[in-house]
Parts: sequence; C-alpha cells; structure tokens
Amino acid sequence: MATLRLSTPLRAYVDGKAELTLDGETVADTMQSLTEQYPTLRAHLFNAQGELRPFVHLFINNEDIRHLQGLDTPVQPEDRLMLVPSIAGG
Amino acid sequence: MPSSTLEIPPHTLEQIHTHGETTYPEEGAGFLLGTGEDPRRVAAILPLTNTREEVARRRRYLISPEDTLFAEMEADRRGLLVVGVFHSHPDHPEIPSEYDREWALPWFSYLITSVQDGRAVASRAWRLSDDRSGFEEELIV
Repeated sequence: MATLRLSTPLRAYVDGKAELTLDGETVADTMQSLTEQYPTLRAHLFNAQGELRPFVHLFINNEDIRHLQGLDTPVQPEDRLMLVPSIAGG
Repeated sequence: MPSSTLEIPPHTLEQIHTHGETTYPEEGAGFLLGTGEDPRRVAAILPLTNTREEVARRRRYLISPEDTLFAEMEADRRGLLVVGVFHSHPDHPEIPSEYDREWALPWFSYLITSVQDGRAVASRAWRLSDDRSGFEEELIV
C-alpha cells in the first residue's frame, strides 16, 4: 500500500484527509483505487477521455511521473506519491 | 446572492491590488493563505512568479506545481491553509474566463482583480461549482 499526499483543494473530497494509503501496482491502479473510494474526485483529476487534466501533477518519490512512465509507472508499497496541481488561468 | 463568504482585511486587498498594478500589463498571481470555512478568512498572500512564457503573460498566468508545494509548506509553517488564488485581468473585467474555468481547482477561492490602464479598479471572488460547469460568486467582506 503506497502513501498518497493530496494537495489542499482536493482534501475536501477525501473527508479532509491529507494522506491516504492506496492499493495498486502502477500509478494508474492507485488512481483507480482513489477514484473508486472517492468518486466525486474523478471529474477534477481526469477529463472526459480519461486522461489526467493538464494541471494535475503526480510525483512519485519527488519525481514527476511525466518524466518516468506516466500512469504506467510501477508503484512499490514503500513509495510516496504526491498529487500537486499547477495553477493557471487567464 | 453569493452562497459563500470570503473575508479579506482591507490592507490585504490593497496588497493584492498593488501587486496587480505592479505586474501590469502582464497578469500577476499568487496564493491566498487563510483559515476556515463559512466564513473563509484570508490572513496573508503569497505573490508568485508568473511562469508563462513572456509573450503569453498579458493574457495567462501559470504557477508551477513546485511553487504550489512551496506555498502549502509555507502555509503549514504559519498554521494556515492555501485557500485560494488571486490573479489580475489587465484591461479586462474581474470575471472568470473560459480558460479560468478549464483550469480551475475545486474548493479554492479565485480572487480576480481588474486592472484598467495600470490601476486596480475592482475585485470579485469566485468558486468552481462541483460539476465544473461554472463559477459561483463569493461575497467579499
């Protein structure tokens, strides 16, 4: 079970928790586990095509998964994931 | 009537206006640090660098995930939370754009300041609806 730390605006969707432990062998699995437990979070993390929204950044042990294997990046039980948004507008 | 309230001390709102005037004609942005809900109170601001490429900074702002993480750690150090984002609309009204909606995060308060000809003229606050279809205005007090 890997640990996921959530950014402040997303905590309202997980009963106010800052960290969760999640099952999964890949980042995609852990996100599936997260959104199954907290379905209202899904629309804020993924677009209609099931892709991560561009402002959603996932780090595994401080490295952005976009620089690894994306959602296919393997997850070990001792890994620490962070879900941190970039902020944009105009 | 707005369904939620955002409390901002006058001197903090003044800081936000000054920041928008300083960054004009580019967009300025930063985080709102504060406490609580109903009402949500802003205790401090954390202005940040607009990391959009130079040609886009008049119409867009971007705060990196690293800066978001820094803001959360700084808020934690002060016993506060990151409760929202402020940004300026140079020569445009203080109303969220479609681009604002596409990129908006839930729960955050979005404070937008209209800066006309280099002078901050008005600010309004908004929250994304849960279905992401639009913003609901917050009452600034």
